[in-house]
Amino acid sequence: MYNLTIAELVRGLQSKAFSSVELTQHFLDRIAALNPDYNAVITVTADQALKAAIAADKRLAAGGAPALCGVPILHKDIFCTKGVRTSCGSKMLDNFIPPYNATVVENFEQAGAVVLGKTNMDEFAMGSSNETSFYGPVKNPWSTDCVPGGSSGGSAAAVAARLAPAATATDTGGSIRQPAALCGITGLKPTYGRVSRWGMIAFASSLDQAGPMARTAEDCALLLSCMASLDDKDSTSIDHKIDDYSASLNNSIKGLKIGVPSEYFSEGLDKGTEQAVRQALSDLEAQGAELVDISLPNSGLSVPAYYVIAPAEASANLSRFDGVKYGYRCEDPKDLQDLYSRTRAEGFGEEVQRRILIGTYCLSAGYYQAYYGKAQQVRQLIRQDFTQAFEQVDVILGPTCPSPAFKFGSKGDDPVAMYLEDIYTIATNLAGLPGMSVPCGMVDNKPVGLQIIGNYFDEALMLNVAHQYQQVTHWHNLAPEGIA
Amino acid sequence: MQSISGWDTVIGLEVHVQLATKTKIFSGASTAFGAEPNTQACAIDLAMPGTLPVLNKQAVHYAVMFGLAVDAEIGKESAFERKNYFYPDLPKGYQTTQLEKPIVGRGNVEIQLADGSTKNIRIHHAHLEEDAGKSLHEGDFRSGTSGIDLNRAGTPLIEIVSEPDMTSAEEAVAFAKKLHSIVTSIGICDGEMSQGSMRFDVNISVKPSGSDKLGTRTETKNLNSFKFMEECIAQEVDRQIDLLEDGGSITQETRLYNGETKTARSMRSKEEANDYRYFPCPDLLPVVVTDETIETLRRNLPELPDARQARFVKQYGLSDYDADILGSDAGMSVYFETATEKSGNAKLTANWTMGELAARLNSEAISIANSPVSAEQLGGLIARIADNSISGKMAKEVFEGIWTGEGSADEIIEARGLKQVSDSGALEQMVADVLAANQAMVDDYINTDQAKRKKKLGGFMGQIMKASKGQANPQQVNQILAKKLNELL
Repeated sequence: MYNLTIAELVRGLQSKAFSSVELTQHFLDRIAALNPDYNAVITVTADQALKAAIAADKRLAAGGAPALCGVPILHKDIFCTKGVRTSCGSKMLDNFIPPYNATVVENFEQAGAVVLGKTNMDEFAMGSSNETSFYGPVKNPWSTDCVPGGSSGGSAAAVAARLAPAATATDTGGSIRQPAALCGITGLKPTYGRVSRWGMIAFASSLDQAGPMARTAEDCALLLSCMASLDDKDSTSIDHKIDDYSASLNNSIKGLKIGVPSEYFSEGLDKGTEQAVRQALSDLEAQGAELVDISLPNSGLSVPAYYVIAPAEASANLSRFDGVKYGYRCEDPKDLQDLYSRTRAEGFGEEVQRRILIGTYCLSAGYYQAYYGKAQQVRQLIRQDFTQAFEQVDVILGPTCPSPAFKFGSKGDDPVAMYLEDIYTIATNLAGLPGMSVPCGMVDNKPVGLQIIGNYFDEALMLNVAHQYQQVTHWHNLAPEGIA
Repeated sequence: MQSISGWDTVIGLEVHVQLATKTKIFSGASTAFGAEPNTQACAIDLAMPGTLPVLNKQAVHYAVMFGLAVDAEIGKESAFERKNYFYPDLPKGYQTTQLEKPIVGRGNVEIQLADGSTKNIRIHHAHLEEDAGKSLHEGDFRSGTSGIDLNRAGTPLIEIVSEPDMTSAEEAVAFAKKLHSIVTSIGICDGEMSQGSMRFDVNISVKPSGSDKLGTRTETKNLNSFKFMEECIAQEVDRQIDLLEDGGSITQETRLYNGETKTARSMRSKEEANDYRYFPCPDLLPVVVTDETIETLRRNLPELPDARQARFVKQYGLSDYDADILGSDAGMSVYFETATEKSGNAKLTANWTMGELAARLNSEAISIANSPVSAEQLGGLIARIADNSISGKMAKEVFEGIWTGEGSADEIIEARGLKQVSDSGALEQMVADVLAANQAMVDDYINTDQAKRKKKLGGFMGQIMKASKGQANPQQVNQILAKKLNELL
């Protein structure tokens, strides 16, 4: 059952080939047996899941059940879940139990999905290797001495290891696409404002966006249909028509203009990765798509701009974790200053502290214009690059990240090397564009991801391209050794 | 420039006005004052992780109304920023406020001074922001406890920033009172100073008379009464002048004034000031106010105090002085007009509203909005004075009865049998009885010089009023008495 896609699970549940209780128990058993190898799931909500499954079976029996009724999923531990600990991968929130659901969680509940638990992640979504989690690193199911990517490493590893057919994730600079690439699954970061941020713990508010992770584009279409909503609780949620993402999956891509940015195939790109991505481009060309060389001249500025804007916003977003209202508080503070400084020094990990300090510095009097002001100008230039590119092409394709999964600790003492992991993904966050990653090959027995970048609200077209690609390739069906 | 022994004073105000919206600026929690601590703070106000602000449109409209009332430019696209600092009653660790693009731009407020002159005070801008919660301390940090009440957190404020156009405590207080009058008149603030609905930060500096160069200023924060403001300014001006005259210099600092002990102290110097690291709030979109909205609000803007005062003179024939007092206070003016409608006598109503009622409310520290005597009830009482049903003296007794909840004037007059006797037959009989029973007094009256007789009338009046239990109409009694005594001469 664990090898079935969501589309297949929905058919199986509706035709009563198996019940939601059976399915839920099956995945709970897999989590119990296999999760110790990967550390992908940090909270298992077995009792609630089985209760929800019983309810789902009743709805299925009664007929007219909602789209994902009875389908088990996992939520990244960044989404607030009512009554269930939501840690954001941090000691700071190790004891935090929200009294409300994130809108994403609410939407899945409405769609009848069954929540198996919460997935591991880099602390406050800050990291590209899942090594910054308070709950320990997640191991890549393809090679357990390698990282799964981050920050949604738990969600990606869980889907790759078939601990759940799908998981929610978030992407601020590549946190859906990079771990999807490194774990050989399909993941989509929608247009900024497409999915509500209510109840999703903020890292960098102007960049954060939630999206689905699954094994196929077809599944991502089903999941995105459920996640996308206009939410009056999120002022940055955008009132734009929600497409039927599944309806256009089988459209022909003949004549589709694919932009290939020269900047995404330059120095620093692993040879094997480049070969796999170029092969994918040929495969799409064979299906009738047209490749167009394009340039995104300001690409090189995206990492520095991002590492000003994201930490600046984070430095304010994380100020609320002060030991006063909820979450971690240091023992026996001697005064207010001590309460603040020790709570935050003890409650936050090293990478989070580093980014708070960077962000605080960038916003300081005398530095604001040179850093934050400049970064906002760069952001504008990056947006213009894409706007011009999309005047010529329908989608932009390239590698998701420069190389396949790397070994634990290999970039640990060099934050800049780690930040370059997101060199191809960050620009879309700065521009607010949608991007996705699709498995497109293997290098040294480790997956490679193909990135598809679309114009604003063109998720349906991106999913269509990805689905057409998956009709003629098998990469998304591969499973790590010992899994399938 | 008004100078004190060779010095000019320069004063600018920053005024925090709590907007009278039902819910908070970024959440649906109630803004009502006085609830149990932390019962009016929702997940957003508590800055729970993942929560997001949604702007209260009413707060935006109220801010625009203020802008229109002071003839200011309205920011058609304003923006919120985060002002970062740590404090336990600031749940997010930043205050959401406006800096670069405020909703209200330059404006003007005209103030009246005691000598009858007027002066224009310029408004630099006014911006929207959220209020913080309250910290309550008992004992020191280790042995004592600090409590935090977040009911106030997220209450919408406009902060009005003036130009440093005031040169004395009198002008500053006149300006503060005028703002109070404006915001209560247009209904955007309840004006309850004791509940912190309006709070004033006063920037004060002095410079040698006639000098163009401004002196170093201090800022005294959070004054919540006109009286404290006046005292604090006088004290701070003296302190600065004394310091400079002794060859010292002024430290740029933030100060606190304690109205109870009448002392001020330094809170922090400029060097200790926070770097607030303002930056645009990514959770909120720019606030767009359309021309259509502005015009609708302008059309529906309630009467402003200046216009109302002029109308009171014209419509009710009030003196400038009365119109000024009644017209400048929104609560009082509504009360006065409602009561007048019922009483039919504006002058008497004005006297009673500013006199008996205001004094009583003042002594019990009750706002006119919460007056135990409603405007209709006072109007009903005055109607009975106007038609001579009761005397002015009895009216005070009736007023007392209404205050303590005995009912309307008519009910009390009826229940207590206070109705003035104006029936001339009954009064003639009453006078005759008193004269008959007091022959010695009558003889005394007759034997007194004509010039001094008038003084003797009081004695008879007292007897008659006593006999009538105060219900006799005094004017009528006076006439009858004079007539009857004259007949005896």
